[in-house]
Amino acid sequence: MTIAISSLTKRFDQTAVLRGIDLTINDGELVALLGPSGSGKTTLLKIIAGLDWPDAGGLVVNGQDWLPLPAQKRRIGFVFQHYALFPHMTVRDNIAFGLTVRPKSERPSKTAIAAKVDDLLGLLQIPHLADRFPAQLSGGQRQRVALGRALAIEPAVLLLDEPFGALDAAIRRDLRAWLREVHQATGSTTLFVTHDQEEAFELADRVVVMGEGRIEQIGSADQIHDHPASPFVARFMGAVVELPVTLRAGRAEAAGLDARMLERRAMADGPAQLFLRPDAIALDADPASPWILSHKASNGAMIRATLRRADGTEVPVDLLRHSAPDLSLGTAYRLRPLTGAVFPLDGVAQNDAPRPLPILKEKRQ
Amino acid sequence: MIHAAAPVRAKRVLPGFTLSLGTTLLYLTAIILIPVLALILKGAEIGPARFWAIVTAPRALAAFQVTITAAVIATAFNAVYGLLMAWVLVRYEFPGKRILDALMDIPFALPTAVAGLSLTALFSANGWIGQFLEPQGISIVYTIWGVALAMAFTSVPFVVRTVQPVLEDLDPAFEQAARTLGASEGAIFARVVFPQILPAWLAGCTIAFARSLGEFGAIVFIAGNLPMKTEIAALLAFIRLEEFDYQGASAIALVLLMFALILLVVSNRLQAWAMRFKGI
Ligand SMILES: Nc1ncnc2c1ncn2[C@@H]1O[C@H](COP(=O)(O)OP(=O)(O)O)[C@@H](O)[C@H]1O
Ligand SMILES: [Mg+2]
Repeated sequence: MTIAISSLTKRFDQTAVLRGIDLTINDGELVALLGPSGSGKTTLLKIIAGLDWPDAGGLVVNGQDWLPLPAQKRRIGFVFQHYALFPHMTVRDNIAFGLTVRPKSERPSKTAIAAKVDDLLGLLQIPHLADRFPAQLSGGQRQRVALGRALAIEPAVLLLDEPFGALDAAIRRDLRAWLREVHQATGSTTLFVTHDQEEAFELADRVVVMGEGRIEQIGSADQIHDHPASPFVARFMGAVVELPVTLRAGRAEAAGLDARMLERRAMADGPAQLFLRPDAIALDADPASPWILSHKASNGAMIRATLRRADGTEVPVDLLRHSAPDLSLGTAYRLRPLTGAVFPLDGVAQNDAPRPLPILKEKRQ
Repeated sequence: MIHAAAPVRAKRVLPGFTLSLGTTLLYLTAIILIPVLALILKGAEIGPARFWAIVTAPRALAAFQVTITAAVIATAFNAVYGLLMAWVLVRYEFPGKRILDALMDIPFALPTAVAGLSLTALFSANGWIGQFLEPQGISIVYTIWGVALAMAFTSVPFVVRTVQPVLEDLDPAFEQAARTLGASEGAIFARVVFPQILPAWLAGCTIAFARSLGEFGAIVFIAGNLPMKTEIAALLAFIRLEEFDYQGASAIALVLLMFALILLVVSNRLQAWAMRFKGI
């Protein structure tokens, strides 16, 4: 199924939640929708599923206009953020639901349904949980059941809203690998929402970065990392270090900054803003640099060094402990960025308003 | 050495736990346990043979029958109407919704005698509503339908107010999930929504039924209180008391109490069954 979304807009009362979304998802593709909380990801998913409607724009799937089509007729597998398993039904009945509610003429026989559910329970690796109620399951198990319930109707399109959001790290990693397998086995066009970049990059063929109801960038992990399309994407990818620089012949210049490893930009000379990730900065001792090492702490694998300038500006730098040079407090170091993005100052100001928090994991209630 | 003397123990949530528990237990004993106990002892005094004679006397049997029949009718009506009302109040936005919501509490707030009087005025042969019903051969006042009407009026909030919060808390994602899975709106209600409000609905219906069995004030005005026809059990107990027949009064009251207790047990069982999926 090829999903073509064009100029989709949606507002709730005064808030514009989607401000013109254009996106095409190819048949069988696995696409991640990545963005901070409140950027409209869930709303977009719901519109594709037929649980919400846009104010304007188009949604065409395999050449058919889907907007007039009720959710029941779209054959979409939707996995909800908090699973939404039916609490009064066993795992088996939850998975079978989409088959047992079909009108008599289209409904498979009881034995066919049971066989289908057994197959899915096997695929989900939870045959032993068939007769439990959702309240008796762990988060990861619920997630599998939710996916099984969605897969039972053999959906043409699979939509997952933060499928691993509420699970702990080890289970997330397992389920990620497993979701990839499921995707390969079923071949259904899949769109999943996440606010975790690692998850998006590891799983998806293509990543769509959303911010404030707009698509900021579409690309592969490397493209988005190395060439963020906007200050928003740069910040969201973890470039929390922002330094005012002067561009000269496409290269950023500032006191205590050695930007020779960055590509030259095709931008006019003048003031600009440099965006850096703390883990993409190397340090070289340089007595002439205004950056003084004021603090360092190790978490075993990484050293977090904090450099401070006389005006109080601080720059965090993350270094691999085993390959880091010996750093001594009070010494001056030059910043040597390995990758980084430069944007003209006016572009920065325009997008400056809401700052996502890329390092802190989003808190959920 | 102060810290050494302080015992290491988790702090109670309630300050003065012993005092507050003591007070509530004392109150419970005085207001509920002692009267019930007195009633049972009074009944026991009578002796089984006499007790049986009192409660199976034709007039008493008729009173029980009227009471229970009318309570069943009233509860059946409230079960449907109360559910519908809760649904409308939770799921739809319309002008005057707040007022309607507030009106639902009137049966609680209104003195039952006032309710009885106004219902009688409305449904009597020349009342606002009665004048249309009477020509059709439907009489409400002074019939068992009047009794049921009064019961329904005073007990409907129990159903509405128990179902409403549960319905409000029901995550819309359940219905959305069912929709994406292809369920029709009817199937969504029957298989996803209703099973989840069933425990609350059963609880509401039980309390409404129990309340109807014991309702007195609203009924006596509209029922006409004809012995063997529209006389309810609570009124019969009251009449016996007025005749200084304490034994007769407490025997009847004891039967009502038994009904209420059986009802509570059955309802608890039903609710436990309906909530079986919530257990861990
Ligand atoms: N039903 C609704 N009514 C009003 N505002 C809503 C509703 N649903 C979502 N919003 C608002 O739309 C914005 C985007 O929400 P959402 O699509 O859930 O974002 P995300 O999934 O990216 O966190 C948020 O600001 C949210 O408050
Ligand atoms: Mg969301």
